[in-house]
Amino acid sequence: MLETININFWYGAFHALKDISMKIERNTVTAFIGPSGCGKSTFLRLFNRMNDLIPDTHLTGECLIDGKNIYSKTVDVTGLRKNVGMVFQKPNPFPKTIYDNVAYGLRVDGESNRGLIARRVEESLKSAALWDEVKDKLKKSAFELSGGQQQRLCIARALAISPSVILMDEPASALDPVSTSKIEDLIHTLKRDYTIVIVTHNMQQAARISDRTGFFMLGELIEFNDTKKVFLNPDREETQNYITGRFG
Amino acid sequence: MNKQIRQNIAFTVFRLLSLAVVGILFWILGFITYKGIGVISWQFLTTAPTDGMTAGGIFPAIVGTLCLIAGSAAVAFPLGILSAIYTSEYAGDGKVVRFIRIMTNNLAGIPSIVFGLFGMSLFVNTMGFGDSIIAGSLTLGLLTMPLVIRTTEEALKAIPDTFRQGSYALGASKLQTVSRIVLPAAFPNIITGLILSVGRISGETAPILFTVAAYFLPQLPDSIYSQVMALPYHLYVIAVSGTDLEATRPMAYGTALVLIAIVLIINVSASIIRKKLSKRYA
Repeated sequence: MLETININFWYGAFHALKDISMKIERNTVTAFIGPSGCGKSTFLRLFNRMNDLIPDTHLTGECLIDGKNIYSKTVDVTGLRKNVGMVFQKPNPFPKTIYDNVAYGLRVDGESNRGLIARRVEESLKSAALWDEVKDKLKKSAFELSGGQQQRLCIARALAISPSVILMDEPASALDPVSTSKIEDLIHTLKRDYTIVIVTHNMQQAARISDRTGFFMLGELIEFNDTKKVFLNPDREETQNYITGRFG
Repeated sequence: MNKQIRQNIAFTVFRLLSLAVVGILFWILGFITYKGIGVISWQFLTTAPTDGMTAGGIFPAIVGTLCLIAGSAAVAFPLGILSAIYTSEYAGDGKVVRFIRIMTNNLAGIPSIVFGLFGMSLFVNTMGFGDSIIAGSLTLGLLTMPLVIRTTEEALKAIPDTFRQGSYALGASKLQTVSRIVLPAAFPNIITGLILSVGRISGETAPILFTVAAYFLPQLPDSIYSQVMALPYHLYVIAVSGTDLEATRPMAYGTALVLIAIVLIINVSASIIRKKLSKRYA
């Protein structure tokens, strides 16, 4: 379970996240929506501490995964990132073979048992619904795949190290409609085994795939509720305006 | 005058100017080849000079230059590559790094004769290496290091950050990300930069003048503490200070041709290697 308590975040002097508290249950799909620059991606990247890579940032508040504060001094960040996988906006396979891409996370974790790696690679590619398309060319460069296939490869790569949470930052925004619907189907299946948090610009997508939806605006969490409720009967006027397209 | 005509005139001027650049290169190459090809023979390439350097070949100078290329590469590559990895991957963008970068650029701007004098003072005299391959290699290595650092840094910067982020997101450490993702991806460009910088130094004369180059030394080096002849210095000697300048003029052109050929071979092999390596990933 993910939980944040009074999270505030600054890029330099810019106050990007304002006092955000929320709880995300296990094995659910949670969507974050909101206009560009509202902080939803920044908030997403808190959960695997990717914001640590950006210089001159500052955080207050607590961010808990299964009750443990992931920003406490004793937390091993690489260990955290093994538990919290991430899929990026643009597919970013490594300049390596398809096989090596999926095996990468296991190998940097020190796994050297080839049989085990081969098994995990196959399982992960199957879970990412990519196995049938690539099983005959595992030793080919990942760049030979189409954009949609590359994104599923990145999902497989994240699954290979058996995370419990998967963060997705607009995973389908660079893809065509067919590839997008494949990714959405995939998210539906993955929900059984993983907790998924997804940032999306596409409100129909949020409505289709998520159980809960959070609406962000100007660094604040305006509303966080069951997806049906947010889209059919939101509590706040700003949410209503945004989903009906009056701004944003 | 309408826009179309003006544009045509502008582009014609640009085209002529860029052709002129190529033209000058071919002129030099053609001139040297025309004047020098006559003395090139198996004997010229494989024997030592004789008769007060008015006859014989340039074999010791070829060997000397190859030794210096290898030696300066051994000095500049490890130091240059490691410091480039440090400044571009580890050090962030603080004051220290900016200072290092400015100093690297300043180092690149120092005239090569100053490197020669510095090398003589430090390596030849103070450290007591004498005129030797090691003193010359250290001097040339220092001279070429800024170039190695800069080309390596550029190769590393060309690697998109999304690769690094993808690696971190899978629980990789910084060292793993650099060694398993960034360096392999940057490798084709790094190696090209290295080879080009080596080509650049093979023609340097001033830095070797006081640190290694021998006026006349027909026997081959037997250790890194030996003095050697080198092509650029030999060319200078037989062109302006030999015993019979008129008689050795064709040999001077021949020496120049061999030097240019070595540099060209190095440069062409650099681009072949890069094409081969980048195909692996594309």
